[in-house]
Amino acid sequence: MIALSDVSVGFDGARALRDVTLSVARGERLGIVGESGSGKSMLGLAMMGMVPDAARIAGEIVLDGTAMSGAPERVWRRARARKVAMIFQEPMAALNPLQRLGETVMEPLLVHQGLGRSAARARTLELFDEVGIPDPEARLRQYPHEISGGQRQRVLIALSLTCDPALLIADEPTTALDAHVALRIIELLVRLADKRRMALVFISHDLAAVARATERIAVMYGGEIVEGGPTPAVLAAPRHPYTRGLLGARPGIGGQTPGRDADGRRKRLPTIPGSVPPLSLLPAGCRFAGRCAVELSHCAAVRPEPYRLPDGRFAACHLLGAGT
Amino acid sequence: MSAILDVRAVSRRYSLPRRSLLRSGPVLTAVDRVSFTLERGRTLGIVGESGSGKSTLARMIMAFEAPDEGEVRFDGRTLHTLPAGELRLLRRSFQMVFQDPWGSLDPRRTVAWSIAEPLRATGADQVGRRVDEALDQVGLRAEDGRKYPHEFSGGQRQRIAIARAIVTRPALLVADEAVSALDVSVQAQILNLLMDLQEELGLAMVFISHDLPVVACLADHVLVMRAGRPVEAGATAGLIAAPRDDYTKSLLAAGGLMP
Repeated sequence: MIALSDVSVGFDGARALRDVTLSVARGERLGIVGESGSGKSMLGLAMMGMVPDAARIAGEIVLDGTAMSGAPERVWRRARARKVAMIFQEPMAALNPLQRLGETVMEPLLVHQGLGRSAARARTLELFDEVGIPDPEARLRQYPHEISGGQRQRVLIALSLTCDPALLIADEPTTALDAHVALRIIELLVRLADKRRMALVFISHDLAAVARATERIAVMYGGEIVEGGPTPAVLAAPRHPYTRGLLGARPGIGGQTPGRDADGRRKRLPTIPGSVPPLSLLPAGCRFAGRCAVELSHCAAVRPEPYRLPDGRFAACHLLGAGT
Repeated sequence: MSAILDVRAVSRRYSLPRRSLLRSGPVLTAVDRVSFTLERGRTLGIVGESGSGKSTLARMIMAFEAPDEGEVRFDGRTLHTLPAGELRLLRRSFQMVFQDPWGSLDPRRTVAWSIAEPLRATGADQVGRRVDEALDQVGLRAEDGRKYPHEFSGGQRQRIAIARAIVTRPALLVADEAVSALDVSVQAQILNLLMDLQEELGLAMVFISHDLPVVACLADHVLVMRAGRPVEAGATAGLIAAPRDDYTKSLLAAGGLMP
């Protein structure tokens, strides 16, 4: 559905994305996981043709068979009206507080799909029903502040479905929600991707959410994909030192049981030393150099190629190339 | 060991805005008869989602508001009946860390100024030395005190907020979602820092979060709250290994990797 090859996004002197290559097929669910500054949101924007004007973008983006690299805004706008849609962390920010929910969802149906008012209304009711909004008739007349955060996210998903997208990009869609509400939203997105044969790109810092929502995963650090492959395999046995560090640092996932050790001291969490450097100060070689526990002497200067592993997995790390 | 904090059947109700001119508004019971005790140097984790009453409970522990029923006893004294002057002095002994460090930092003042604020508010001396000591305890340098909050990363700003909370050498630290806004790798660093400080300073902690796996890694006991009521409480290891309540189970499952 969408394929990126060697896509880079640069701002004067700093690269927010460096040579990102990935593809998502129809009906497939890809997770993009990373911390602040990893470039995951920029990647989402690149797939929507919404990279900020100040940025230089290089590489190939092919959307549904059409090369989009260097395409004018007009072409992207058409794509966004018909093929790709995006939802965000904070549904309140994407909904007009002064507009009834029905009007909000009907608007693109009237403008982009050319439906008449009664057809748009009927379609909106269908979409509300499809995303699991109870009593759709009553919701049409309500305002965003009158419904819960989970319901708002469902309205936003309904809104994104108005263009019958072949690709849905969800950037931290569950981050602002309570755990059990988040689970329901993830179930909904999985079901929609399946039923509609829609490609889903699920961007999140939350490993547990990505584990549930996706079949394949791409782990990002410093604007690059450092590891990728089938989600269960990557999370069960990560090969890149950053992925390992990230999984280890997350309580309840790293496999370490909490509590106190023999001399009564509380067990510390494994940590990744330091913090993510600003984009302009990232090492030229491996982006993770300087924080890596198993760093080799040439890591900071020489960039590791993605090293292919069995089962469609890969990790960009010199240690794997060295056969260890 | 004596309990540093003894919360006895506290309830807090709010009246919601009236919906009709003729009737008073409905009453929301934010916290409904919650009790627990906390020993010196130990950590109680309070887990719940939005609307569970966990933050209201925190505000009552901090004596920012008084319970409608029950009492909060800190070091043997009932907080909401203390004279204002005594309460002000006692505030040195219990401090709080919030989710958003900006809330306790003034963007136009140096970090050292903000850290010293609780000392000035309670009339302590040797302010400069204490601020340097607090910076050191949270892993920052004394020179960092001369910088402004925007010069730091999110994780460092949370360290500064913690320095501000421990500068008065409190016996109790209340942390409300203190690591929730942080990236996973930074979160682990801050959790370890809290464990270090607890051991060094003998701090008792009330650690409040929606995230049960995070709470479990530093709490001795856990209290699970839902809609203002305690649903399950117990020693952490037992509660994690064999949660009895379905709600506790769902909170535990939400943080795990398996569907």
